[in-house]
Amino acid sequence: MYVEVREINKTFGDFKASDHVSFGIEKGKLAALLGPSGSGKTTILRIIAGLESADSGDVLINGKTVNRLSPSERGIGFVFQSYALFRYMTVAENIAFGLKVKKQPADKIKERVAELIGLTDLTGLEKRYPNELSGGQRQRVAFARALAPEPGLLLLDEPFAAIDAKVRKELRQWLREMIHKVGITSIFVTHDQDEAVEVADQIMVMDKGRIEQTGVPYEIYKEPKTAFVAGFVGNPVILESFEGLKGFEKGEFTRAIIRPEFVEAFKSDNPHFKDIIPFAQEGVIRDILFRGSSLELKIDVGGVLLTTHRSLERRPVEVGEKMNVIIYRLYAIQGNETKLLENQDLKKIDPDNKRMESYLYGDGGYFTT
Amino acid sequence: MRKQSKTGKIVLITISTLFVVLMLVIPLISVIANSLSKGLSFYLQSITTKTVLSAIKVTLIATGIALLVNTVFGIIASWLLTRYEFKGKQVLAALIDIPFSVSPVIAGLSYIMMFGRMGWASPLLEALDIKIVFAIPGVVLATIFVTFPFVSREIIPVLNAVGKDEEEAAAMMGAKGFTIFRKITFPHIKWALIYGMILCAARALGEFGAVNALSKTRGETFTLPLEIDALYLSGSSDSIVSAFAVSSLLVIVAVVILVLRSIFEYRGRKTQNTKEARVED
Repeated sequence: MYVEVREINKTFGDFKASDHVSFGIEKGKLAALLGPSGSGKTTILRIIAGLESADSGDVLINGKTVNRLSPSERGIGFVFQSYALFRYMTVAENIAFGLKVKKQPADKIKERVAELIGLTDLTGLEKRYPNELSGGQRQRVAFARALAPEPGLLLLDEPFAAIDAKVRKELRQWLREMIHKVGITSIFVTHDQDEAVEVADQIMVMDKGRIEQTGVPYEIYKEPKTAFVAGFVGNPVILESFEGLKGFEKGEFTRAIIRPEFVEAFKSDNPHFKDIIPFAQEGVIRDILFRGSSLELKIDVGGVLLTTHRSLERRPVEVGEKMNVIIYRLYAIQGNETKLLENQDLKKIDPDNKRMESYLYGDGGYFTT
Repeated sequence: MRKQSKTGKIVLITISTLFVVLMLVIPLISVIANSLSKGLSFYLQSITTKTVLSAIKVTLIATGIALLVNTVFGIIASWLLTRYEFKGKQVLAALIDIPFSVSPVIAGLSYIMMFGRMGWASPLLEALDIKIVFAIPGVVLATIFVTFPFVSREIIPVLNAVGKDEEEAAAMMGAKGFTIFRKITFPHIKWALIYGMILCAARALGEFGAVNALSKTRGETFTLPLEIDALYLSGSSDSIVSAFAVSSLLVIVAVVILVLRSIFEYRGRKTQNTKEARVED
């Protein structure tokens, strides 16, 4: 492990910002700290950087405990949420700052700055001031400035928060590629699950100062270990009660978490679903939201409001229309435990989910009916 | 409706202009006019008497020291109040503003109570053979007191608006305190600092009440405002014109300060605007 965080605790007054936080990141990996605002992710990042000190616990970088080292002695590059570019310095001066402070020879500084300007595609902007740059360019300057002193670890606090949605998608890929190209171990903080899933090699999900789950993005998404993670990723609907949902035994569980992709809504005359119509229950469309490539339907099923997506290629639906609704599976919650429950009725006729796959992607041209 | 608001605008402009002209401009012009009423040579003579030269000297000393002390103090206090969290921060911030709410005369008297013959600090001062009350140190202290908050009040909002991200970024890269101040913080607060210093100097030059309580010797510890008061009160027609002549010096300085102030306020606002542009896009 290149970076290790062990049993970090930190309180601000009565507020517990870090509660026994531990995780490790291998060299060269890009990790995300994912959580809602106030979950303590930025606090952990700042503790690793040395901008805050922990009440207890250790931070190890490259096998060495750095608790007592000042931020600048830890060999860390930090990209601030606001980028914190020096407003009264040009792009080149910004990038050179860390090297000048370290009293490196002038020709070496010049060389390194030129190299980073090339790497981050900022050629021609060297003499500009930060307020003359676009959001994406600023992020690249911040990135180049953090990398200039050749740190062993790069920390990024909400690196995409200050950028508009369109550029953000491009920059995610850019940053991911750039970090892997440079080969620097990196940790970034985000509240956006799509960002974490898309960019990171490893995700630590945080809530209320605790690490809820650590894993590769696929695991986090497909196998949430706690109620919080199940409720946080995948844009789910959280039901306080799931009695009356066909195919599920409530048992000991108290709540249910249902993602849009777990819900199928189809018209009665749809031939592809004729085998399973007996297992469906009636739902009424309450609202239709246009999401660009698909529609988001809010369907009232026996008093609970479920969400599902519907491809634009399928037949149009309207508010108030009665649909047949089948829930393939859901996460059942008991305390902080979560368990994936399959629809028992479907399971009887289709134990391996083979039929379900054929409903979705069968030869009959599911999407055309 | 539109016409009505236009009339309202004209009425308001007229009232404001009349008020400013009647209350401020005409009196100041009359000071200059009166000061020259006995000719230029009398004017020059009036402003170069021994007591006036002494008053100029004392005023410059008091203003210079007050400016220096309050600039240093203002920067330190603003830094403390914007960059650190500690118990009693709000109280300290409020205490700094005391001179805005306390009458200058009370400030002067409080120094007499503290450093005067009956004051609790007098045994120590006597032992050290330092004279504060009714001497130049007292004048300086009184001037410092009344001009205390000007610099910090100008810098604090700027430091708050700028935030500490840039300073933290510089510290992360290994920059030390003074380098951070010089390269990162100072460029941000430069115009606000100069503006605060100008206000501080203007107030120091014109201070009357606090200094009056602590300064009783004409020709030695009198500042320009006290000298003007003394000249005027002595009542002869010559001395009254002399009082106007000396007053005209302060009026000229005030006009210069007004011009400087507008320049720096403009510069400051321009930097502020670039900052906003940065946040917006």
